[in-house]
Order: sequence, then C-alpha cells, then structure tokens
Amino acid sequence: MNNKFLMPLYLLKDHMNNLIKGEKHDWEMVIGLEIHAQVKSNSKLFSSSSTKFGSSPNSQVSLVDAAMPGMLPVINKYCVEQAVKTGVGLNAKINNYSVFDRKNYFYADLPQGYQISQYKYPIVGEGKVTIDFKDGTSKDIRIVRLHLEQDAGKSLHDQNPSKTYVDLNRSGVALMEIVSEPDIRTPDEAGMYISKIRSILMYLDTCDGNMQEGSLRADVNISVRKPGDEYGTRCEIKNLNSIKFIKQAINYEAKRQIEILESGGSIEQNTMLFNTSTGKTRPMRNKEEAHDYRYFPDPDLLPLEISKEEIGKIKSSIPELPDELKNKFIETYKLSNYDASVLTAEKQTSDYFNETINSDSELKNHAKIVVNWITSELFSLLNKNNQDLINSPVSPENLGQLIKLISTNEISGKIAKDVLEDMFSSRKTARQIVDEKGLQQVTDQGEIAKVIDEVIAENPKMVEQYLAGKDKLLGFFVGQAMKLTKGKANPKMLNDILKQKLNKKN
Amino acid sequence: MKIDKNTINKIARLSRIKLDDKESEDYIKDLNSILDWVEQLNEVNTENVEPLSNISSSILPKREDVSKDTNSSEEILENAPDKLEGFFAVPKVVE
Repeated sequence: MNNKFLMPLYLLKDHMNNLIKGEKHDWEMVIGLEIHAQVKSNSKLFSSSSTKFGSSPNSQVSLVDAAMPGMLPVINKYCVEQAVKTGVGLNAKINNYSVFDRKNYFYADLPQGYQISQYKYPIVGEGKVTIDFKDGTSKDIRIVRLHLEQDAGKSLHDQNPSKTYVDLNRSGVALMEIVSEPDIRTPDEAGMYISKIRSILMYLDTCDGNMQEGSLRADVNISVRKPGDEYGTRCEIKNLNSIKFIKQAINYEAKRQIEILESGGSIEQNTMLFNTSTGKTRPMRNKEEAHDYRYFPDPDLLPLEISKEEIGKIKSSIPELPDELKNKFIETYKLSNYDASVLTAEKQTSDYFNETINSDSELKNHAKIVVNWITSELFSLLNKNNQDLINSPVSPENLGQLIKLISTNEISGKIAKDVLEDMFSSRKTARQIVDEKGLQQVTDQGEIAKVIDEVIAENPKMVEQYLAGKDKLLGFFVGQAMKLTKGKANPKMLNDILKQKLNKKN
Repeated sequence: MKIDKNTINKIARLSRIKLDDKESEDYIKDLNSILDWVEQLNEVNTENVEPLSNISSSILPKREDVSKDTNSSEEILENAPDKLEGFFAVPKVVE
C-alpha cells in the first residue's frame, strides 16, 4: 500500500520511556545503524555500465564488473561529488585525502573476490543528524563516517531447487555507507533516524531513497545493558529494507538477548538474518569462521584527493535542507514546529507547499490553512486514489485558487471539500467548478433573512421549545436553513441573523 | 612473525585452496623465508609515519558519469560454467 503521505514516523510518537521491563530489572537497548545508500548516478562507481533498476539479468555488466582478468577500475567523478555533498548534508567533516581498500571475502555474487571499499581513510568523517520528537524535544545522533564502496551482485536462492542464480547488474554500483555511533536507544528512534537520513539524501538528490528497490537499506547493531552499565555484546542484523522491519527486528532481537541474559546466559557476538514473514532473527550459518576481511589498499587505485576548492564548489551547490527549511517556514509563516516538520519531511511536500503559497500573494497570510489543505484534504485524496503528490491531479496553483476562494468567503470550507474532490477527478479549476455549479456563498443579508423567516414559519413548535430554553435546537434551525440554501449560506451570517430573529420572538 | 601449521591452514581456507600435508610444509617454509626477508624493514623507525598507500605521484584519474552498454548478457555469460535464464547458475548457497 502507498503510505508515502502518512506522517513521518518521528512526529507520530513521543519518545517514550527508553527502558524495557525484564523479569528481573529494566534493560536499555543500545543501537547503531550502518545505512547503505545507493548513489543516484547514471553509471557505476568504477565502470561505465548503467545503474538502471529492473533491467534483464546480466545486461548491465562490463568486463570490470565481471572481474575479467586485467580490467582496471576508473572512478566516477560524479559519485565522489555526491558523497561529499552527502557529507556536507550530514554536518560532517570532508576528508581531502581518502583511500580505497579491498575487503576480501568469497561469495558467488562478488566476482572480484573482494569489495572495493574504504577502511582506514574514508571520504567523510564525523558528523551528526538531529531527530525531532513530537513533544518538541530533539536528539543528535552522531555519525562516525561515510565511505564509498561497491555494491555486490544479486543472488536469487528461490528460483531453482539446486542452484543459486546470480545477476551482476548491481555489481559495482556506488554505495555510500553511513555509520552511526551507538546513540540510538529505541526502535522508534532508529526509525526516526533512518527517515531523517532518507529525507536529507532526497533533498540533496544524492540517493533516490527507494527502500523497496533496495536503494536504501540498513544493517542494525544492537546490544542490551542495565542502565548505566558498559555496552553489552552486540549482534548485527543484516540487510533490512524497510523501517517497519528495522523496528520489528530490533524488538525481537532485544527480547531474545534479554531472555538469554536473564536466564544466566551470555550473548555471543553474531551476524543475524531477519525473517520478514516470521518476524524473527536467526544467526547466519557459517559462523564457525569469524570474518577476516584482510583489508589492504587497492593497488589498482591511487588515493582519492579532493581540493578545498572542489569541496567549496560542492558546498555552494547544496540546496536548502529539511532543518533549514523547517526553521524558515516557522519564521516566515509562523507555523508550528509540528506543521513545519510535516511539510519538510519530504522534498516533494515542501516544494508543493512553496508553489501553492507563492501562487497568490494573499495566501501568505493564510499559511496554516494552506498546510491543512495539503496535509489533510489533499493527502487523504491522494492516499485514497493511490497517487503521488508529484503527479497530483490538483496543481499547487489550483489548490491556491481554491484556498483563496475560501479565504475571501466566496465559498465555505465545507463546500470547498466537495470542490476539491471534483477538481481531483475532473481536473477543472476551482473557479470553473464554483461558477458552473453556482456554489458561491450566499452573503446577501436579505436573502439569508428570507430563508430564516421561512424556516421559522414552518417550525412553530420548535421555535416554542427553543424559546422555552432548549438551546440545542439552534443547530436544527441552522441545518434547515443550510439545506434550503444548498449549503451555500455564509455560516457566520446565518448564525447571527438566526439568533437575532429568534430572540426577537421572545 | 612465524607461520605455523594453524596459520597456513587458515590462509588456505580463506583462499579456498586445498593443501595436502606436503604442500602445507612447503608453504610454511616459503612464507617464513619471505617474511624473514621483509622483516629487515623492522630496523627502520616508522613511528609517527603514516602508512603509504601508493608510491605513484600521479593523481587518481576520474571519469564523467556517462553510462555505456558495452556487453550483452550472452557475452558476459559466455565463460560461465553454468547459466540459466540469463543468470549465472552456481551451486545452491543457503543463507
């Protein structure tokens, strides 16, 4: 299901008590994430093969990607720039000098027998991102590093009973691995952290953020401890590609570790796999030999040096990021922290808001109404019709026009909802629909008074009861009058005149 | 550093090379003599010296981000011992 327009996770829940109740005492989770983000580029990190997703197997494989003897890697300049850009977006130190190393291991989808990665000298050093809680507080999660590396090919284990199929289209695609400090304490914080990273990547346009296609996935390191104790032994859960799975896996794994510790056992450091259908983690097999990657500098690649000028040039090309934009919205339009966070969580939402509010100079004074019409009315229509804001049938200009009609009292908010639905399906403008259907609000005092007189005359008993003190009947009269005007009477005027007339009867 | 039977077995396993006893003995001898020779470098004081990644003074050449399709899947799979439906087919890896 399309849930792109649900509120960002970090706005939904207050950060709760961080501790988990055990049988014997409370436990605290200690969580760190390694996020693998595919660089949004046309060609691979060290070869010119296409990175396009979903092509037929092994159709985007160069001799470099297939690790044919004698082939040499040549680095993609654009991927380097995207890594630097991302580093700046993560408030991180950019290293002028970094080195590519070989990480050695054997696997069927790794034709080279090693992955080209960065070990001791990554391209990006320490940084931080901030996550915001609904209660207005926030927390910094520190970043240890970001490095560039190659993706492996793809193994399909379920196509054939005795064979594993290997597709090398993904082999050699550029990844940015973003490693956090173990600063995360709850599954929700982990979800907020990855949402925030995703949001930053998408604003920077350095990664498409598509978790379903695997452009963004995470390994989760988790241990538990008694509050205040040293870190416990951790386990690593590999390759999670949705926020929901990340949270499920953390919850399951923490429970498993606590049970072992409370029954007197100890945690064995292990690499785990998460089964998405059972919701359980299990250790990977082949654990008998601990990984020994034998990193060493790749002799085929010179160190990567980036000048201060190049870094400066990249820095100056960086667009406004969600946090800056959020503060700008709060300041310019006097929006709440919550509204501003909803608007800026996804770039397409903040773009849409900007276009709407700039479509008419009047709208700047009705920013809160604009937010509501986008995030509740329009989003719910899009969700219901399984559509994307990018391809919204209602353009920002047209939504702006609709809101203008409300703010100038030409139509009521209630009628505007019907108009929006009409705009959504007919793709007409608000103006067209209002004119064609004659939906203008009735603001003529005389006309409203005439309708009210009619209602009063037709319901003498109700009038009596109302005058005897049954105040609630006012709603009944309003309803009747609205019905007669087909909902078009200006509600405030209707109310005022109705009260006046009824009280005169007294 | 001395290479012993355990180390040679570990290196062989990491390299996916099967060694018989005779070969193991030979490699222990060879590798030890190589290491002994290299160990002469320990006489040099390298304190506070950053490890050198490359001795070349040239700059890492970079290419533009342009994709080119140079091979068909038939060509890429030409040397594969086993292939099926456009994929490389390998013995089942369960994990």
